[in-house]
Amino acid sequence: MWRFIGRRLLYAVPILLGVSIIIFALVQLAPGDVTDILIPPEAPKEVADILRHKFGLDRPVYEQYFIWLGNLLQGDLGVSIFTNQPVGSELASALSNTLMLAIPAAFLGFTLGAVLGVLAAFFRGGWLDKLFSGIAIAGVSLPHYWVGIVLVAIFAVTLNVLPAQGMGPEDGDVWDSLRHLILPVITLSLIPMGVISRLVRASVLEILSQEFISALSAKGMARRRILFHIVKNAAPPTLAVMGLQFGYLLGGSILVETVYNWPGSGGLMNLAIFRRDVPVLSSTILVLAGIFVAINILVDVLQALIDPRLRR
Amino acid sequence: MTRSQPLKRFSRGIATAAVGAAFALGAASAQAEGTLRIAMTAADVPSTTGMPNNGYEGMRFLGYPIFEGLVLWDLSSADTLADIEPGLATSWTQSADDPTKWTFKLRQGVTFHDGSPFNADAAIWNLERYYNTDSPQFEPQGSAITRARNPNVKAYRKIDDFTLEITTDRPLSYFPYLLVYMLYSSPTQWEKVGKDWAEFAKAPAGTGPFKITDVKPRVSVSLDKNASYWDAARVPHVDKMILYPMPEATTRLAALRSGQVDWIEVPPPDAIPSLKSAGYDIVTNSYPHVWPWVFDMSPDSAFADVKVRQAANYCINRDDMVTLLNGVAEPSVGFFKKGTAKFGNPKNAYTYDPAKAKALLAEAGYGPDKPVKSKIMISTSGSGQMLPLPMNEFLQQTLAECNFEIDFEVVEWGTMLVAFRNEPTEATALNVDALNISLVSSDISQMARWFWSGNFTPKGSNWGHWKNEEYDAILAEIQTSTDPSGMEAKIARLNEIVVDEAPWLWIVHDLNPRAMSKDVKGFVSAQSWFQDFTPVTVK
Repeated sequence: MWRFIGRRLLYAVPILLGVSIIIFALVQLAPGDVTDILIPPEAPKEVADILRHKFGLDRPVYEQYFIWLGNLLQGDLGVSIFTNQPVGSELASALSNTLMLAIPAAFLGFTLGAVLGVLAAFFRGGWLDKLFSGIAIAGVSLPHYWVGIVLVAIFAVTLNVLPAQGMGPEDGDVWDSLRHLILPVITLSLIPMGVISRLVRASVLEILSQEFISALSAKGMARRRILFHIVKNAAPPTLAVMGLQFGYLLGGSILVETVYNWPGSGGLMNLAIFRRDVPVLSSTILVLAGIFVAINILVDVLQALIDPRLRR
Repeated sequence: MTRSQPLKRFSRGIATAAVGAAFALGAASAQAEGTLRIAMTAADVPSTTGMPNNGYEGMRFLGYPIFEGLVLWDLSSADTLADIEPGLATSWTQSADDPTKWTFKLRQGVTFHDGSPFNADAAIWNLERYYNTDSPQFEPQGSAITRARNPNVKAYRKIDDFTLEITTDRPLSYFPYLLVYMLYSSPTQWEKVGKDWAEFAKAPAGTGPFKITDVKPRVSVSLDKNASYWDAARVPHVDKMILYPMPEATTRLAALRSGQVDWIEVPPPDAIPSLKSAGYDIVTNSYPHVWPWVFDMSPDSAFADVKVRQAANYCINRDDMVTLLNGVAEPSVGFFKKGTAKFGNPKNAYTYDPAKAKALLAEAGYGPDKPVKSKIMISTSGSGQMLPLPMNEFLQQTLAECNFEIDFEVVEWGTMLVAFRNEPTEATALNVDALNISLVSSDISQMARWFWSGNFTPKGSNWGHWKNEEYDAILAEIQTSTDPSGMEAKIARLNEIVVDEAPWLWIVHDLNPRAMSKDVKGFVSAQSWFQDFTPVTVK
């Protein structure tokens, strides 16, 4: 098992290195540099040059890359060119805000998705299957931002029972924080719910059609025990997709964060892209890529624990 | 002063989510009495060192309310274009012997929010912060913004504790108009926070009517009233003001309608009728903003020919454009607003006249068989850009009726800024014949900025490289004059020239709409990019 984990960790190194090179190369493709956006057109060249020097933008690109990578390996994510604040603290703040949404959204989406998927499979062709499948397809198909706006229009503007935006005051109570979470969490959980529901339904249907299920029934095994076998067999592919979905949630949804004015990692990246704030953009993407890879390794390990054949 | 506390917040959030099986549907969040909550259009909190980024919105909210200049805008009237008034200087004089020398008498008894005094030493310290790259307090970002707006400061010296002399690189009669964009921060506070501008940004100190008490990047800035403000008449009526960056218009709208904020900047035009019917106040007023196309005068641009430029100006239906925008703009037919003294009496009064436009184009050699083919750079969004996509599509359709074949190069705001700072023939311009970029039209200094031939890009901001000898000569007269009489007539003549020569397609002036709840009282919408929040009250 440890060899399996070690091999997976080793694979992550070239992936992250590749991601870091691609990020740096893509940022260089945009015309101009960050100082074009940071300071007005008439700013003296002397000051623009000081800023370029301060942020190392006057060095060759490959040198900038290696300096950034070297600092990164020492735990220094750099300083935002726009805010002068350490990227580490900006990212920690944004990521923690995103986790506040992603964890409950994943919990809600995965739980609902799994339950709806299993029920839809067991009642295949019936009205419950049609209803649950309809909900799942709607969850995947409806644009996030549209659902967000509709929920805000109903619950914040018309009924005025939930806040329309933001995280609420820092000194607010638990209920207040919860009220600010409800709408964005529901909005964000729709896609994972839909994806997991469709996947679980398909997996369970496939397992139900296999001969060993008929054999277990014929032997008189209790339905609860049979369900356990079905879930165990459906788990590996579902876990893989859950890992991917959770990774997407951690990347933050720019649209959902924009609609709810939620200061998460998606918004941070969006801002960094438009500002060409290279230290923030590069470090954020790399850290998110690292988390994404780590989640997938965790999923691989869980799959291998459930199904030892996968360790080979 | 606290920054966001991510871990604490996160753990609280998780705990909240874990225990929260039941939804807490109930009363809207409580609002402290006398607190004004405003949703800005900025995507982030503008910088708080005393020279804000985020353009003039940054200056409006995190500039003048907290920091001040020697000269300030008089924002007390809604009826006339805002002019300048004494700020941290009580008076100023231009030397008759050497018109490059200006003497400022500083206001006595003014203190920064940290309690330290404002005097000539503090003023010199700030000038060093902006103009001396070797000074310990040199602030590159603040310096870049200040020097872009005040490029003519050559030297400065303290005469006594409350007298300051500033020398410009050439005579510049409108120099005080440039000084409104130079704000003063506390040297003592900068020393106290470890001589670090990043730390100063978390706990800044200016001399303004509001003081910053909390900065949460990307979330909010909280300001308290400065009860000991030097101008007793302008001590804020509210106890607290909270500013939220909220770039998405529908989010701002929902925040207002759900009672989370009291005031939003730039409500979506489509929502204005429903806001009015729901009892919200929509406040609009003229202000010095132009939403033009800035033409490229290069020989291979069709707009190098004045007849083509005039034809375009006669071919757009500005009233229909205003209708498209639900009335939150007014037609622009010149740099200054028509009907004001500075507008003058140009030969060309641009009305919607397709026949005249076609005739002018025919004189220039264009017609149905040979339309004017041009490409215009437009942005998807940006500071002061209004609704660039539908507005430009409207222009494309209306210009097509007069034999213009307009194509667009749609770019994001940053790419537009890169193009605008470089020459129109550079690759950064992406081969366009005009830029659609909103610009400031507040005073004579802005006329020099956009139209003077000495300000061709990349050195200045005359992007199209338009040049007119009479214009340059009158501007030189204005710059070197020490006699204010006759100045208005000369400025009006400059406006007449730019109207008739049409280096820009004059389209609309924005009316800067704001929506606010009925609880907000006392706001005077000044004809300016900036506003005074001190008379505002909130129930």
